[in-house]
Amino acid sequence: MNKLFIVLFQTYFNRLKSKPFIITTLVTILFIFLITNLPSIMDSFDKDEADRVGVMSSESYYSLLDQQLSLMESNIEIMPYEGSEEEAQEAIDSGEIDSYLVLESTEDGNPQGVYKAETVAEQKTPQILQSALQQIKSSIAAEQAGVTQEQLLKIDQPVMFEKIALEKGAKTEDELNQARVFVYILLFVIYFSVIFYGNMVAVEVAAEKSSRVMEILISSVSPVKQMFGKILGVALLGLTQYAVIILCGYLFLKFKDDDFTTSGFMSFLDFSNLSASLVIYAVLFFVLGYLLYATILAMVGSLVSRAEEVQQVILPVQFLIIIAFFIAMFGLSTPSAPIITVTSYIPFFTPVVMFLRIGMLSVPFWEIALSLVLLVGTTVFFAILGAKVYRGGVLMYGKSSSIKDIGKALKLSKKDN
Amino acid sequence: MLRLENVTKKFGSFTAVDGLNLSIPENEVFGLLGGNGAGKTTTFRMLLRLIDQTDGMISWKNNDISYNKSHLIGYLPEERGLYPKMKVREQLIYLGKLRGMKKEEIEIEIKNWLERFGVPENANKKVEDLSKGNQQKIQFIAAVIHKPELLILDEPFSGLDPVNVELLKDAVLDLKEKGTTILFSSHRMEHVEELCEHLCILHKGKPVVNGNLKEIKQSYGKKNLLVNVDFDLAFLKNIPGVLRIKSGVNQSIIQIENEAVSQEVLTELMKNGFVRHFALEEPSLNDIFIEKVGASYE
Repeated sequence: MNKLFIVLFQTYFNRLKSKPFIITTLVTILFIFLITNLPSIMDSFDKDEADRVGVMSSESYYSLLDQQLSLMESNIEIMPYEGSEEEAQEAIDSGEIDSYLVLESTEDGNPQGVYKAETVAEQKTPQILQSALQQIKSSIAAEQAGVTQEQLLKIDQPVMFEKIALEKGAKTEDELNQARVFVYILLFVIYFSVIFYGNMVAVEVAAEKSSRVMEILISSVSPVKQMFGKILGVALLGLTQYAVIILCGYLFLKFKDDDFTTSGFMSFLDFSNLSASLVIYAVLFFVLGYLLYATILAMVGSLVSRAEEVQQVILPVQFLIIIAFFIAMFGLSTPSAPIITVTSYIPFFTPVVMFLRIGMLSVPFWEIALSLVLLVGTTVFFAILGAKVYRGGVLMYGKSSSIKDIGKALKLSKKDN
Repeated sequence: MLRLENVTKKFGSFTAVDGLNLSIPENEVFGLLGGNGAGKTTTFRMLLRLIDQTDGMISWKNNDISYNKSHLIGYLPEERGLYPKMKVREQLIYLGKLRGMKKEEIEIEIKNWLERFGVPENANKKVEDLSKGNQQKIQFIAAVIHKPELLILDEPFSGLDPVNVELLKDAVLDLKEKGTTILFSSHRMEHVEELCEHLCILHKGKPVVNGNLKEIKQSYGKKNLLVNVDFDLAFLKNIPGVLRIKSGVNQSIIQIENEAVSQEVLTELMKNGFVRHFALEEPSLNDIFIEKVGASYE
């Protein structure tokens, strides 16, 4: 078996069996479970406690309000309350009602309400009551002005407004919305992958170096094979983790009792309009982005002598991906801003920013190709540089760990110096 | 034959190894000696291709050493280099695979070696839970598990108790019997005298002594006299050819320039009193080392 694969599988299985990996995966699955079941979990808390509101008002207002609330399918149970406010207060204390509403008529015949509850931190109920009253007020006012119900409906009808992109190949509104969600999710995935798995590569390298096992390893395997065995092993690990998480998410959604996935909360996850090319680009930029950052992180990981120093050297690299992330976040709403266009060609930002542009705009193919060439070129450059630094770096044991060490490591791995 | 021709390694302006020529015959134990910073580890690293030499040629059996020959070479580094959190068995399997072995072969070898070292129970322990001596045994197994043709041992006996030193020494001699060429470095002269036929003493990157152990001792010329008398020996300093006198409680060592001087010393001693013990001996490697490398070596 090729030694690259020996290193790859060793890294993979060693990590796969490790407790931290199993725990993070389980925690993530639990998190996914909670997210997918969030509406039903929230409902299960809400359902038993329909808000009971005592209403002190005239009968006509009460029936209007009752009508309006049932139209709005709200969760509020109103009941007429006849008595003084002190008695209502006592009713709240005894738990008979949760709050009460005093409805009166203003001089010009409009309803006016005062909502009283233990606290007014809870916003949902008063908001619903308020908007119900607003509706009642509008129809009363309309009636007074002699406007018919039909006319009122006409006034309320929302204006027709449609956005149509003229540019050939530009995304339609629907496509854009889906792309935006997709890009948004992918940004997070790339960001977390680089931070999480990239760090894992750096830590692995530093751990082998600090335990000095590195010297034995690079006497049996070339540093290039070793480095890429590690990078690919961690990549495989990441893919396994994503596969498990996505599979679990899918199963959770599939075996849910209600079919809310097709409507409502989860509807944004419907990617049926997504173009195949966007998915391919997503995978491409994800893989290339990971490779670039993992290579750099493996390189800096080989410079430190002790595992505790890893954080120090990977921080500058992390900043790059953090910056890329913020540029992309900004670009979600303004994808054609000049800064987005420019940064999409900078290899460190390309994986997220160029992907964002592809998702949101119709980017000419040559632009994509150019950014890919730059990205791949930079990755190859860092792979070559990394392999050299790696070879020298693993034999360096010192206190300091800075950019200067890259030069020192390079010298060590060179023939003449 | 392992051949180093005019091998030089420079780190910036510092020359770690300077024009080293070595020919190490196959099936032999070769000692590389030197004080701290003499260039031993750098030489080993060049042999292993961990670093490239600035100048010169290195060959094993008339071929370059490269990564596709890594199964022929075994290496025990000076510092302990194992995964502390991995089980002994697992990491020996990994390291063995990297040297081109199959898992089944490795399992058999692990069993044999652990039994030979009397620690079969360690197979499923983590390395960090083992004593230093037992860790070194694992390190040694990692270096020899793939039956290398050329075995490089950098300070294999440092920090071990005498029992473990014997155990490893026996293993080294056994491997030599089976045809392994072994190159090792040590600070401890007695280990070198016991194991090596040929040796090289490095000082500041240059070989100062190089060749067969017996010939080196003979050509050194100087001899040691072991003397046990009841009186003070200081007066011997006046005899020409007496170089050094090291007085001990029971026995004193007198270093002389050549054999001939011994007779004069004996005559003088007998004039002064009763001579209980008098012997003429070859110089120890330690004497040669100290003279060649100087007082910088402690």
